[in-house]
Parts: sequence; C-alpha cells; structure tokens
Amino acid sequence: MSTITFHHGDGAVDTLDVAPGTSVMRAAVSNGVRGIVGECGGQAMCATCHVYVRPGYLAVLPEIGDDEDEMLDCTADPRDPRRSRLGCQVTLGEGLDTLEVDVPGSQV
Amino acid sequence: MPTPAHPAPGHPGGHVVVVGNGQAGMQLIDSLRAGGYAGAITVFGEEPHAPYQRPPLSKDYLAAGADPEPLPLRAARFFLEHDVDARHGVAVTAVDRHARTVAAADGTTLRYTTLVLATGARNRPLAVPGSGLAGIHGLRTLDDAERVHAHLGRAANVVVIGAGFIGLEFAAAAAARGANVTVLEYGPRPLGRAVSATMSGHIAAAHVRDGIDLRLGDGIAAFVGTDGHVTAAVAGSGAEYPADLVMVGVGVLPRTELALAAGLEVDNGIVVDGALRTSDPNIFALGDCANFPQPRLGARARLESVQNATDQARHAAAAILGETGEYDELPWFWSHQGTLKLQIAGLSQPGDGTVLRGDPATGKFSVFCFRDGRLAAVESVNAPADHMAARRALAAGRTLDPDQAADPTFDFKAWSRDPAPAAV
Repeated sequence: MSTITFHHGDGAVDTLDVAPGTSVMRAAVSNGVRGIVGECGGQAMCATCHVYVRPGYLAVLPEIGDDEDEMLDCTADPRDPRRSRLGCQVTLGEGLDTLEVDVPGSQV
Repeated sequence: MPTPAHPAPGHPGGHVVVVGNGQAGMQLIDSLRAGGYAGAITVFGEEPHAPYQRPPLSKDYLAAGADPEPLPLRAARFFLEHDVDARHGVAVTAVDRHARTVAAADGTTLRYTTLVLATGARNRPLAVPGSGLAGIHGLRTLDDAERVHAHLGRAANVVVIGAGFIGLEFAAAAAARGANVTVLEYGPRPLGRAVSATMSGHIAAAHVRDGIDLRLGDGIAAFVGTDGHVTAAVAGSGAEYPADLVMVGVGVLPRTELALAAGLEVDNGIVVDGALRTSDPNIFALGDCANFPQPRLGARARLESVQNATDQARHAAAAILGETGEYDELPWFWSHQGTLKLQIAGLSQPGDGTVLRGDPATGKFSVFCFRDGRLAAVESVNAPADHMAARRALAAGRTLDPDQAADPTFDFKAWSRDPAPAAV
C-alpha cells in the first residue's frame, strides 16, 4: 500500500492508505477528503483537484504534461510554480510510496 | 410559494426529497448542507450502486488496464456526515402533489416539503429489425459499462451507431484496443448538434486518420445475427458491416415519466422557470431532465452535461434556501476521443461565423464562434488554456474582434484576465 497525507488549511489532516496505481484525486474523492472535487472524473479537464505538493516529494513526481500545465494556470486558488499539481495526474506507487499535499482553500 | 400549513423549506422541520443520485442530485445535497439547510434530506437512486461518475465510463473506464471500480460521486461517509437518508437501488414510483408525498419501490411513502426531480435521461432506443440481438449495447450506466468492457476485449469488428459524443468516445476507445471500428451516422457530419461545422470537419478527419471508418449520411436499417448474437449491421444504403459488438449512441430521452404522471408541465424535459422550479412551486427539476430558459440563447434549452447538472444543483439549492435570481451559468462541455481533448465553452449555433485560432495540423487549435458580432462559443482541441480563457471571457459577457481571435500574437489568456482592457 501507498500512503498519502492531505493537509487542510485549518490544520486538519487526512491520511489514507491506497493501492499503488491510485491517483491522488481518486484517493481523495473515494474517501471523502474535503476540498478535492474532481468534477471531470480525472481527465485533466476541470482543474478542481488542485493540490500543493510538499517540497520533499517534488523530485520524484512525474513530469507535468502540456494539458495539466495549461489547466494549472486556471485553478481557483493561485498556482504555485513549483508545488501545484492536478491530483488526477499524480499516481501513487512506482517510486512514490508516500506523498504529502496541501489542499487549497477553493477549487471552484 | 409553500402554504403556511407546511414548514418552509430550510426550516428544521423541512424535508427535501431528491429523486436521482447522479451528478445533479448529489451536488444539490452537498450545496444544501453547505448552505446551512438543517432539515431532513432523502435521496433515491434506482441503480443498485452508490452514486458514481458517469463521464469516465465512455472514456478511461474502457481502456484495457482500467480500474474496475467506478469513481464515486461522494464517499460513503458523506451520507453519514451530512445526515442524508440515501436509498440506493430504490426507485420512486409516484408523486402525489396534493398530499406532497412520494411513493417508493421499497414500499414507503414519504412526505416532502420540497421535491427535487434529478431523474436524468435514458438512452434513446433503436427500433430497427434485430435490435434485440445480443452484442448490441448502449452505454449510460455502470452496468452497461461493465458489460461493454467485458465484451470489448474479445471484439474484432465494432460498429457504432451515431457519431455523437458517446459514439465517438467509444469508437476511439475501441480502436485503441485494436478493434476494426465503423461509425454509421445518419446526419452529414459528426457531432452535428454539438459543435460548429468547422470543428466537426476537423474531428471527422482526426478519427479517419486514427483508422476509424466514418460513414456519414448513412443510418442503420437492421442488424442480422446468428444464434441470437449480432454478426452484422446493415446500413440504409444497403452496405453491410460485420459486427460482433455494436454500440448504439443515438441520443437520450429525458426521464419525465414521474413528472408527467404527476401532471407537471413537460415539453422536451420537465419545464422549469429561471429558478429551476417546475409548474408546481414545491417541485424543482434540474440536470439532463430539465427544460430551462437559457438567457444566452434567448430560448429554452435542455443540456446534458456535468456542468449543467452541478451548476443547476447549486442554483436550485440556493433557491430552496430562499435566494432569488435567474439561472444563467455559462454552459461548458468536454469530450475525450483518442488523441482529441475537446473542450467547448458556450453554445454554438448553426449560422455562427467561425474563426480558426492555431493550426489544426499541430493537433492543437480552437474555433471561435461569433453571433451577431459577438463571441458566442469557443471550441478547443488540446488547447485547455484557450478553453479556460474563453470560459472567463464568456462568463463575463466580454467579446473580442474576430481578427484578434485569429492572431497568434494576440495573448488571449492575458486578455481574458485583464479586468479593464484598454481600447484597441
């Protein structure tokens, strides 16, 4: 299992154990993590699963694709040039067994 | 308005009953609780599943190594945390508007203060000979998708009836899995009702390049089979296409039967006003099943999309909580067809003038649609930045010059963000 931790702005924390191959968005939506919407169902089409990846994990993340890059310019909360990702495009496992992200204040 | 004999919606004694646990029904519940509604909520869904997202079923879900679990619309704990009586797998069978009750298939009768019809749509059936043969599928529900997914792995020849969103998404997914795919479309072009002729032409060309045999202007006449299973599709032209799997995607019909039986006004969907109220002020309708006044068209519309379902749900929840205002959210859509990520902002209409931005040969471009000299819609392929900028501009009612739209040096994204653009 892989472990992902969601840090909320009010200090609350959700930690989930998920099967390898699970996206950050699916993990959040399936477990009711507040603040992650995933309205398009994981197509990088809606930018409502925006997360800020904590710095210690940035080096092992997959590259940002062109579509993700353009959608990240359109998030409800401002993009962080280094830490912003779409949760649907980041998958646990394959060298990413643990991950910590901060949940933005708004997605819509 | 509710009569004084009943507690007002929003009052702790109120009871909102939601028929339908799809995208619209679930967002309505979410928005009611987020808006402070403290009364009772009951939601019925006739499918024997917890609420799930439909859009991936015709896209990622069909891929060879796809996760077999559907993506939930809300986690199981949502219903506990928000004190929602969720009745999955229970259909509502009748509405008594005078008693303000609904009767459900589990034998219960519930009294409501506000009833919300989020009943969605069903696939339009084909009525040609042979339509009942095995191997002929529709694609709307999770059960449909599971059947199709299991069949797709062993299908060599796939025929798709209808070049709409579902048909083309499925065709691309089937081709990606190695099937020979033929699409039969009765009309002259794919996505004929959804996008401009310019965009339609580019989409047709892309699918043909990807190896799909796209037959336009030729509808389905009959299916033939052996031992009860389909073996071929016969087109109106007489051409016969071998098929061991057929996908029928010829549009949907709004689920209006409860509304009709209850005596509500129905005309291509359940007729609602700008607040999304039906002809009975205690009953709302929203999403795929609702025919609503669309100010951007100056006409009534019924839209089938996630955006329409969720934005109408937010609006109806606010109306139930006592807010006034007419629904006027910008429609937007997306479709994922093989290498095409199509995103549409606004509603194009036949007769709109179109301007191309970007070079379709690069696989990344947008079609800007102008009506009466104003920007009306933007259709983008693999150009999310154009799409998001178009949503901002259209939602704000802004327009630009067609020459600007076509000019590659014009920074559309920056312009869409500028709250006070300088006069050109």
